[in-house]
Amino acid sequence: MSYSDKAHDHPGHDEHDDHHHGPAPGLMRWITTTNHKDIGTLYLWFSLIMFFIGGGMALIIRAELGSPGLQFVDPMFFNSMTTMHAIVMIFGVVMPAFVGLANWMIPMMIGAPDMALPRLNNWSFWIMPFAFTIMLSTLFMDSGGPAGGWTLYPPLVLQMGDSFAFVIFAIHFMGISSVMGSINIVATIFNMRPPGMTMMKMPMFVWTWLITAYLLIATIPVFAGAVTMLLTDRFFGTSFFSAAGGGDPVMFQHIFWFFGHPEVYILILPAFGIVSSIIPTFARKPLFGYDSMVYATASIAFLSFIVWAHHMFTTGMPLAGELFFMFSTMMISVPTGVKVFNWVATMWRGSMSFETPMLFAVGFVIMFTIGGLSGLMLAITPADIQYHDTYFVVAHFHYVLVPGAIYSLMAATYYWIPKWTGNMYDEKLGKLHFWISTIFVNVLFFPMHFVGLAGMPRRIPDYNNIFADWNFIATIGAFGFGFSQLLFVYIILKCIKGGKEATAEVWEGARGLEWTVASPAPYHTFEVAPPIDANTVTR
Amino acid sequence: MTSGVYRWMLPIVFALALPSVAWADWGALNMPVGVTEISGKVHALHMRIFYWCCVIGACVFAVMFYSMFKHRKSKGAVAADFHESTTVEVIWTIVPLVILIVMAIPAAKVLIEMEDFSDSEMSIKVTAYQWRWQYEYLDEDISFYSQLNPAHNVARQIDSGVDTEQFEHYLKDVDNPLVVPVGKKIRFLHTAADVIHSWWVPDLAVKKDSIPGFINENWARIEKPGVYRGKCAELCGRDHGFMPIVVQALPQEEYDTWVEEQKMKTAAADMDAIRQWSHQELLATGAKVYDANCMSCHQKEGQGIPGMFPAIAGSDVVTGDLDTHVSTVVHGVADSAMQAFGSRLTDTDLAAVITYQRNAFGNETGDTIQPSHMRSLRQGLSQSALNVTPDNLKGVN
Repeated sequence: MSYSDKAHDHPGHDEHDDHHHGPAPGLMRWITTTNHKDIGTLYLWFSLIMFFIGGGMALIIRAELGSPGLQFVDPMFFNSMTTMHAIVMIFGVVMPAFVGLANWMIPMMIGAPDMALPRLNNWSFWIMPFAFTIMLSTLFMDSGGPAGGWTLYPPLVLQMGDSFAFVIFAIHFMGISSVMGSINIVATIFNMRPPGMTMMKMPMFVWTWLITAYLLIATIPVFAGAVTMLLTDRFFGTSFFSAAGGGDPVMFQHIFWFFGHPEVYILILPAFGIVSSIIPTFARKPLFGYDSMVYATASIAFLSFIVWAHHMFTTGMPLAGELFFMFSTMMISVPTGVKVFNWVATMWRGSMSFETPMLFAVGFVIMFTIGGLSGLMLAITPADIQYHDTYFVVAHFHYVLVPGAIYSLMAATYYWIPKWTGNMYDEKLGKLHFWISTIFVNVLFFPMHFVGLAGMPRRIPDYNNIFADWNFIATIGAFGFGFSQLLFVYIILKCIKGGKEATAEVWEGARGLEWTVASPAPYHTFEVAPPIDANTVTR
Repeated sequence: MTSGVYRWMLPIVFALALPSVAWADWGALNMPVGVTEISGKVHALHMRIFYWCCVIGACVFAVMFYSMFKHRKSKGAVAADFHESTTVEVIWTIVPLVILIVMAIPAAKVLIEMEDFSDSEMSIKVTAYQWRWQYEYLDEDISFYSQLNPAHNVARQIDSGVDTEQFEHYLKDVDNPLVVPVGKKIRFLHTAADVIHSWWVPDLAVKKDSIPGFINENWARIEKPGVYRGKCAELCGRDHGFMPIVVQALPQEEYDTWVEEQKMKTAAADMDAIRQWSHQELLATGAKVYDANCMSCHQKEGQGIPGMFPAIAGSDVVTGDLDTHVSTVVHGVADSAMQAFGSRLTDTDLAAVITYQRNAFGNETGDTIQPSHMRSLRQGLSQSALNVTPDNLKGVN
């Protein structure tokens, strides 16, 4: 029997009957909702839609790069595609999807009835569609969308046409949404845990999100400051980033990457949490080294603040700066290595089965490690001077973000969708989705290492014939990977419509409070604090 | 059920793997060893860290795959219940740390060498523009611009109908290569006139950002005569992909001969600027200057791109007051993509392109601007505080 059922048997229940209501009917349910599950669902659908918009842009980029010469688009539009693809994928897909998962799962994982600040929660979601409508609308303006790269380096970004102010405005709103979402998560984790749910008993996903939320609260305002300085440089005659007025364009890069480097961990720490939840379930064995996982996550977060200038080794830093940032960057591989080793040790002598979530989680560990190792290569400054701004870098960060962050999101979807919908997804199709995606994602990104090392810069719409073969292969991979995601949507829709009924536990080896409530999870869960004991916590 | 999935995945894997073997140009696989002592060392560092990564990856994946095949529920594996081991955790924190130190020491050594600019034997100032390079030999009084080979510039236009495969060095060739002697320690000074660019020649293992208002430096001592090709590595706007770099390294005597030739050319260009040109001559030269400098934004027929780049055809500036037109071309327009061409084009080219713009695309002003007139106009305009001429640019730096 699940705990929410028990709540209904509570003697005092009848007196509170008027507090027990389901969702409001119709569209207003979604607009006015303050329910963490509804808001989680909104975030996840938003992110899925943006995934296809950002993916469509990636396919335009890959189509143009399929062969030498310009075939389809003007170089300016190509540049705005690379810029928009990044903005959409980072701020519109990975971040909202993680916030959506946090909304759905964190209250259920720690045994709280809802998020601490439900109205703020509604607001932080509903800002997003408007921010992205403004952002995407710039593509239809006469001047075209932003085309100076998602890093918005001045002076180039100041050459943007009328869309400039809209882009800055949209970024501000995305930032406000993220900060509000993060404050809510921190407040929930600190204030809503029932007695007995101590910090070191929290599931790893909750821990990684707590640390991620701090990173967001610390860095988003820095980014907001940087883009505001761009705005005043453009419209109010300041010259923060213009040498002619005593400013420095490189100062923007320092400020940007002080945000930007923690940002890349914002995109991966919750993924670590997801994988740390899934692997123990399917290995039927507790997570290896829980404490060291927590400390490793915290170390990565700390280090993320002192490595930013490794994105800037060619900007002419002093030697001492280059040495410092090389050493600090290399250090990151230690806690990251600890995480990978812990996952492998969790699998070791387990009793493993490979349902779709486990396949995606294992795929994550393998391919994220490949991306991590190329990251270690990039830390070596003299070599980075050759790698910098080439397709080698593109290969590196796509390995950590696509078969990394995106795979963790797919793993999470397959893992928790029975809890969300009450139905099992189609296991056969799920496995098919994994295998097709994994083949194509490697066909897509692996060749980029080669062309990058051989001298192909990134962000170019056309190239010499010596790069033609690998680029053609990458383009095949891109279309294969892109279209196989339609299968993902089909599996989700099919699962919502029906399927084998899911039990409360769903997975044989699953532990944790979210598996003690019925599937689908009732609209309100844990109105009464659940008992915290060895059977209801993950460790 | 799973075997069914595997059965038909296999042909897909082969179908994708086979063409990659047949078509791939195996030359485009790895970082070049290059032609300087530093580039060789960088390549060695790259290979060393790559092998370390392979070893680490192989160990981790071997354990992982062994576990995945052996410790399966379907094979009757029963889960152990250990979940920590301080010894193991300390080992796998210390071992990577040791590997890092082993890697960091040689990397730091190479980095220190790269940043040692002492005893350079000649200096070349590289100024980046959207989308070309200017090379100034600070010891020789030679200065010229270098941009994409004009034939490639035609071929790369959308729907050009030109097969790019006929050019061996498509998008990697320029009109005027940078010519340098072998065996000398050459110091490069990098700056930019508009946005940030990055001067990258893989064979020399040099990549340094060109930042407007600041000077960066790096150096190379080329050991082998030859032609080495590179590209702009920092996104710099619409034609970022189309500003290649070509370095031609010559033995010292051949280099000396080249220097003499350049000096004679400069003298001839000065003569050009003071003679009287015919209207037709100016139009012909102006068309070439337009195609090389103005066309990528203002387009072939001067129609511009609405909202992004204004049209030349029927433009108020171009058909109106001559001084405003000259000033726009010479100084550019602040906070826009319109750059200052005053420092980039010679008086002859400026006079020719302004004459051309005022008489092409249906702009029938009938004006003729002589190079000599341009020279005096420019001297008049240089009173302006915003002025950027080659002379005062040198002063700033």
